[in-house]
Amino acid sequence: MRLAGSKKAMADFADLGGSEDDIVSLLPEEPEDMWHANNLIGPGDIIRAHAIRKVNRTTNTGSTSSERVHTDLTIRVTSTFFDPAASALHVSGTVVKENGYVAIGQYHTLDLELNRAFTLLKPSGWDSVAKETLQEALRPEAGDDLAAVVMQEGLANICVITEFRTILKQRVEHSIPKKRSGASDMDSATKAFFDKTLNTLLRAVEFDPAHPRTLLLASPGFVATEFRKYMLDLGQRTSDKKLLAIGKGAMVVHTSSGHVHALNEVLKSPEVQAKMKDKKFYGETRLMDDFYTRLRKDDGRAWYGLQPVTRAVNEGAIGPGGGTLLINNSLFRNMDVATRRKYVDLVDRVKEAGGEARVLSSDHESGQRLDALGGIAAILSYPSYDLDEEPEEEGGGEEGGENGAAEGTMVV
Amino acid sequence: MSRHQAFRNVQSTVSEHLYGDEDYYSDEAEEELSAEDKAAMEQGTADVRAALGVEASKVTTEQIQEALWHYYYDVDKSVTYLLTKFIAPPPPKAAKSAQKPHSGASAYSTTKSFLSALFKDMPWGNIPQERVTVFVEPQRPRGGLLGGSGAAPKLTKLQQLALARKKKVEQQSSEEQAEDTREKLGELSMKEAPSLKENRLSEGGGFSKRQKLSDTTAAGRLLQREPAATDAEKRPTAIQRRSHLRDSSGQALSSLDGAEERAPEAGSPSTPFQPLPRSAADEPSHGAEMAGPSDFAQTLFGSPAVEPEPPANKLFALPYMAYCPSLADAFSKPSPDDVVLAAQAKAGKKTATAAATKKKGGGADSVANDVKALKIDDAPLPKSKNFNVLHEFEKSKSKKTASFVVVGHVDAGKSTMMGRLLLDLKVVDQRTVDKLRKEAEKIGKSSFALAWVLDQRTEERARGVTIDIATNRFETESTVFTILDAPGHRDFIPNMIAGASQADFAILVIDASTGAFESGLKGQTREHSLLIRSMGVSRVIVAVNKLDTVDWSKERFDEITHQVTGFLTATGFQPKNISFVPVSGLHGDNLVNRSTNPAASWYQGPTIVEELESSEPTTRALNKPLRMTISEVFRTPQSSITVAGRIDAGSLQMGDALLVQPSGEKAYIKSVQLDEEPVDWAVAGQNVVLHLSNIDPIHVRAGDIICDPAQPIQCLDSFTLKALAFDFLMPMQVDVHRGRLHSAGTIESIPALLDKVTGAVTKKKPKIVKPAAVARLVIKLASKVPLEAGQRVVLRSGGETVAAGLLE
Repeated sequence: MRLAGSKKAMADFADLGGSEDDIVSLLPEEPEDMWHANNLIGPGDIIRAHAIRKVNRTTNTGSTSSERVHTDLTIRVTSTFFDPAASALHVSGTVVKENGYVAIGQYHTLDLELNRAFTLLKPSGWDSVAKETLQEALRPEAGDDLAAVVMQEGLANICVITEFRTILKQRVEHSIPKKRSGASDMDSATKAFFDKTLNTLLRAVEFDPAHPRTLLLASPGFVATEFRKYMLDLGQRTSDKKLLAIGKGAMVVHTSSGHVHALNEVLKSPEVQAKMKDKKFYGETRLMDDFYTRLRKDDGRAWYGLQPVTRAVNEGAIGPGGGTLLINNSLFRNMDVATRRKYVDLVDRVKEAGGEARVLSSDHESGQRLDALGGIAAILSYPSYDLDEEPEEEGGGEEGGENGAAEGTMVV
Repeated sequence: MSRHQAFRNVQSTVSEHLYGDEDYYSDEAEEELSAEDKAAMEQGTADVRAALGVEASKVTTEQIQEALWHYYYDVDKSVTYLLTKFIAPPPPKAAKSAQKPHSGASAYSTTKSFLSALFKDMPWGNIPQERVTVFVEPQRPRGGLLGGSGAAPKLTKLQQLALARKKKVEQQSSEEQAEDTREKLGELSMKEAPSLKENRLSEGGGFSKRQKLSDTTAAGRLLQREPAATDAEKRPTAIQRRSHLRDSSGQALSSLDGAEERAPEAGSPSTPFQPLPRSAADEPSHGAEMAGPSDFAQTLFGSPAVEPEPPANKLFALPYMAYCPSLADAFSKPSPDDVVLAAQAKAGKKTATAAATKKKGGGADSVANDVKALKIDDAPLPKSKNFNVLHEFEKSKSKKTASFVVVGHVDAGKSTMMGRLLLDLKVVDQRTVDKLRKEAEKIGKSSFALAWVLDQRTEERARGVTIDIATNRFETESTVFTILDAPGHRDFIPNMIAGASQADFAILVIDASTGAFESGLKGQTREHSLLIRSMGVSRVIVAVNKLDTVDWSKERFDEITHQVTGFLTATGFQPKNISFVPVSGLHGDNLVNRSTNPAASWYQGPTIVEELESSEPTTRALNKPLRMTISEVFRTPQSSITVAGRIDAGSLQMGDALLVQPSGEKAYIKSVQLDEEPVDWAVAGQNVVLHLSNIDPIHVRAGDIICDPAQPIQCLDSFTLKALAFDFLMPMQVDVHRGRLHSAGTIESIPALLDKVTGAVTKKKPKIVKPAAVARLVIKLASKVPLEAGQRVVLRSGGETVAAGLLE
């Protein structure tokens, strides 16, 4: 994403309120930028972008004609829709500036396009989170993306892990007969499954020889190893240099299952860590792991849910000395201004208190884990045991250990 | 039948003769008669005169001789010709006339009398005259090839083809009867079933007795399988069956067959062309006011003397009958199925097989074939025998069935031990094992030979580790056991869960060799025990394996016994349900046979098999609606969709409709296999193989549930679970396992912590659930899966089992 300083657009916005500083013109250059745009654009914002609109005209004689016109439209956003697989962003709203084709108040859905600038005005001003998002969006692309195939027997999830999100490109399912039908049936079915997975992988993910992309193959058991072997064998047999290169560069990682959420384990593995240390999502994954560990230990420093976290912030418990606020960016997206302000307020206050506030991408596995916890969690600077509503029965981490060994009857 | 056939044959030879002689007609008609001809002519003339009797005076000798010449000395034909040509009015006897009915009216007059006799006992024989409609064969070209005379015209090939088709149609119309026959045949094999020791079908699951009996190899195999006594017992049953068939089929036939049997007797055999039967019944339909004679009277006194013209306005031509001279003909004989049934009924008293009986008469054979062909066409759905399965199950004195899962840490020797067990029980022969050993030696793993009996996958053999559940079976004197050999490696615990969910009890294999036991106890020994307990297995036999490596040390055995008892009781097994056996899986000590090693003489307790036999399988939910988890889907020659699994609840039988969830597609059971042998039904607790039909393979996957369409299982994507935590639980992502089913999900919320004993809520909305605590969890799944209350679910996360519980 680049800033596209267009004076003309700025001038257009002059009469819509808001200062000149609140107006920004952006040029999305990559699919990833659409995701950033989705994080930036919220309800209530005013956006001006290129639009194609179907216009119906009625002539004096009463005959109608319809034509598609290219025009620039300015709308007040009511909702956005982001298609993660296609990286397409659709912004709906009402027209606030009329022109020859549309009147004020008419609805329009803008399809933001790559390499066409749009101008964004936040009438309520840019808050800290929005500014940070903008900065993130404007940062030059840091390194390449990862492709990952998380698989188990008969199931493969083909994902692309970018700086900010994990995109599930395709899910491959193939029924592999079990033992009873004999070994040959199984081998041929496994081969067919590998074939299907490889074809889908090559179609879904672009492997450009100029920018080698790391491929992660993750599975329980030997599926990933076998798959890599299959790629290499096939590459050798067909003397497909490209396939050979991909196969050779592929990293096999062990996971406990073939579901997408096993990616967490992938990112934890030392092989991957060595490669990904500088990535944003790596830090996020580590933070989440840290949080879970603390939660397990029940040391009183890990809390999740809006209510306890808000209380912690009020008490100033998320401060210097390891205090971290974890918040999903999905909480800032598509929400009314008041709610958004509440969350932004939390972030600002943590920062004021000297704590760290991390906005996690809800499109990453770590963000998904945080989502399960309600989208917001915190590691406190000091233990606090009474942040939830019913503080009477808290702690008691000792009871668990004894019960495990003593009870003869299991209540399951 | 044979009479008809013979008649037809005669007719056709006659006509062939006639046409064959055409050349003779044209070329040699003028020549003088030869001596033989003269003699034949004189003989023929005398015969004709004798045949004509009194009427003989009405014809001249020249006329007779002319006729004989034309009919090539065929007396009957000549008589017929003479009667119709010269003796008028035709006497009742002249019904014999083979004259082709050229018009409806003439057909009417010539055939009515014998027809009235034929149908005299039909219910429509007494219909008031004014009500009945007369169907008259419409005017039509004579058809057939030209030439010849009063005999039936020779059919062209096209007509013959049409005739053949018509017959086929007719056969299909009598399908109902065919169905009836088949049902009876089906009953036969059903009757046979109880006489066998199980409800096994004798061969191929087919119910055709004919097939069965004629197939001598099948019979041979039968004999092999059953003891001689059973065979002897079977024979009287077969006879009983046949008599039963005779009775019932005789009854079934009494009306139709009786009538048709009588037809040729009452009518003359020379009536190839009958108008529609109805017209015969309507025969005396002249004048509404005139009461016709009763059928009986008609038979006694012949037709009324006066033959008034039938009222023209009562004649209706049947348009669709217009072109088929064969149609009426087709019905003049008993249908092929009647023939079969009649033949069976006749054969009833003899001991000859039904198959042999059917081969009587040239036509019957082809008819039987036709019936066979019909059966294939009209059986798109497998036919249910509508057993009361539970009743049958109680009746059958079958052995107990039980299944057990073999669990334990990786490389504890589970597969090897089971391989040895199967070898010692002679389920696998030594040759197979030797062959495997040779193969194993090739890749330098000769000690894996026994395990390879169960580890059949290429990958499993190459890596020397069990990956998926292997199923095998063996029989002892009292019980049929199904072995579920589970993988020990932690990566394949989902497969192990699938196996444990099908088991009644478990064998926990523990590696006694130094160091291995300790690492196992930390590893899968522990997790597997937790899992089998969570899956509802309460009886566990601990096989302390590889004791030969520690010289059958009793101290080692006691030490292990002590430790394992400790943690098994902690897991929730009751001490009385745990037993320990020192074994050597590789050498087979104390598996089937007691150890011969003097060092092991200190152990005098039961062997593994004895322990297994003394274990009582849990009670089955026989009366609940059908539930079966598909553990495997594969292809077989019988069906492209063959599924295997254990029936969790209820019962099923051949021909049943099923619902496969979550796809919600219906399927039918083509056949059922239990322990590699076809059966008619199966009940809960049995591991069965079902051949399905009428369903696309994409709708059937391992982990799906087969259920009763009337009481289907619900597909849920969110459910509440009362779970025992093995690890810390918080809202997080988990893998949800239920039998073979493996789905991704998240713990969405934790509504309450529960008291372990009373189940009362001790804390609402806990932040986290600690190990060994019981909590109510709300789980959200990525997709809808079939689940219902009372099912046991295991939650795993990051390769660890974190919780197990019951669905609420």
